[in-house]
Amino acid sequence: MFPASFEYVKANSIRDAISILSDDDDAKVLAGGHSLLPLMKLRLAAPGTLVDIGGIRELSYIEDKGDHIAIGALTRHHDIEHSGLLKESVPFLSYVASLVGDPSVRHRGTIGGSISHGDGASDLPAAVLALDGDLVVEGPSGERIIKASEFFIGFLETALGQGEILKEIRVPKITGGWSYQKFNRRAQDWAIVGVAAVSVGETKVSLVNMGSVPLRAYATEETLKNGGSIEEASEKASEGLQPPSDLNASAEYRKHLAKVLVNRALTETLAQ
Amino acid sequence: MQISTTVNGLSHTNEVEARTLLVHYIRDVLRLTGTNVGCDTSSCGACTVLLNGESVKSCTVLAVQADGQEITTIEGMASESGLHPIQKAFQENHGLQCGYCTPGMVMAAASFLHENPSPTEKEVREALEGNLCRCTGYHNIVKSVLAAAGEMGGAR
Ligand SMILES: Cc1cc2nc3c(=O)[nH]c(=O)nc-3n(C[C@H](O)[C@H](O)[C@H](O)COP(=O)(O)OP(=O)(O)OC[C@H]3O[C@@H](n4cnc5c(N)ncnc54)[C@H](O)[C@@H]3O)c2cc1C
Ligand code: FES
Ligand code: FES
Repeated sequence: MFPASFEYVKANSIRDAISILSDDDDAKVLAGGHSLLPLMKLRLAAPGTLVDIGGIRELSYIEDKGDHIAIGALTRHHDIEHSGLLKESVPFLSYVASLVGDPSVRHRGTIGGSISHGDGASDLPAAVLALDGDLVVEGPSGERIIKASEFFIGFLETALGQGEILKEIRVPKITGGWSYQKFNRRAQDWAIVGVAAVSVGETKVSLVNMGSVPLRAYATEETLKNGGSIEEASEKASEGLQPPSDLNASAEYRKHLAKVLVNRALTETLAQ
Repeated sequence: MQISTTVNGLSHTNEVEARTLLVHYIRDVLRLTGTNVGCDTSSCGACTVLLNGESVKSCTVLAVQADGQEITTIEGMASESGLHPIQKAFQENHGLQCGYCTPGMVMAAASFLHENPSPTEKEVREALEGNLCRCTGYHNIVKSVLAAAGEMGGAR
């Protein structure tokens, strides 16, 4: 399967990429290509131009900024999985990255690509939600910061505007417990349901594959904040949600799974 | 578009369409047909090659993304002195049946052993999670990779 024909441009800098993207509304950014190329091969996407930012080395870094860790958008899953700094300060994120796809996927896929793609079934968007991270984006009119909790808008739709590029992901250092429960049938698969829980002060909980976007489990968080037990908080896991039904699981089964996994995640998180 | 690559140590400059996948560049332009296409949907690992020393699924990389980079395919593993220790280990441990998945398995193993020269059996199984064998000879594939690790000096 070949993708439909497109124009290929290699961007040498972020400004370079932004100027091409803002002049051409049929252009798309190419990072690791591990979400975009499969879609293009299936002809579910057929952008007229691909702006390859993969060569911009300055966008690949993991830095200690005192109260938070800054991660360049082009940092690959493999680098997040193996980063000594992250293993020490945000081991949760390294662990989640280690469960994405398989080693060859992790050699190509980037955290910025995963978040910008905004797939409700992906692991890293949910991780950044549970960390209550900040996303630094740059566009034709400069830089702005979007809270992860305001980034995922609809099915494969994010708050990124025309010509905007995700530059950096900022996450807090973890002081309390954490857990990531990825439920799948085979090692390399996507999550049938996933649950992330992180305690940085309050405990935040997010859900994978429980809707068309990566979701925070606000009802669960609220119950915990009001002194509810883990049991009570888990019961609220799928409140108001409409998870998908597919070959792997019905919506009903997913709702049940979410409760079980939130229970496990909170038990693990609050025991640490 | 014109791209330049180094494949198995040899430099190439070729004209390709931007939409050419790396696997088709390797197979159809360079005529190195050891790299197979299995699923064509990034799931099976039959198309695994090394890009700058790391395993990638060449059905999910554009040839233009490999411009200026170093690629190693199964044809680049053996040397004048004979088969690569990983290849030899597959031969000696009956690590292949039909052989279709084998080039991908060998390349994924090469990438992994470079990163982790003395793995446990569990680590080998996890490292090969993206490579499927329809003959389901996983037991002997894992045995082969562990034997290769021993041969290459990383025995536990
Ligand atoms: C076999 C396979 C298994 C996988 N399994 C999993 C899994 O278990 N869990 C999981 O979470 N993911 C999984 N993935 C997806 C993988 O994590 C992707 O790498 C990731 O989702 C996308 O990152 P990328 O760098 O490849 O982005 P690309 O594919 O290059 O881009 C994805 C989208 O984001 C846009 N984009 C990319 N970078 C930026 C940026 N910096 N700014 C603005 N827009 C940008 C692109 O235009 C495109 O629309 C799997 C993929 C494959 C092929
Ligand atoms: S052919 Fe590339 S992963 Fe199956
Ligand atoms: S040996 Fe036949 S597919 Fe693996």
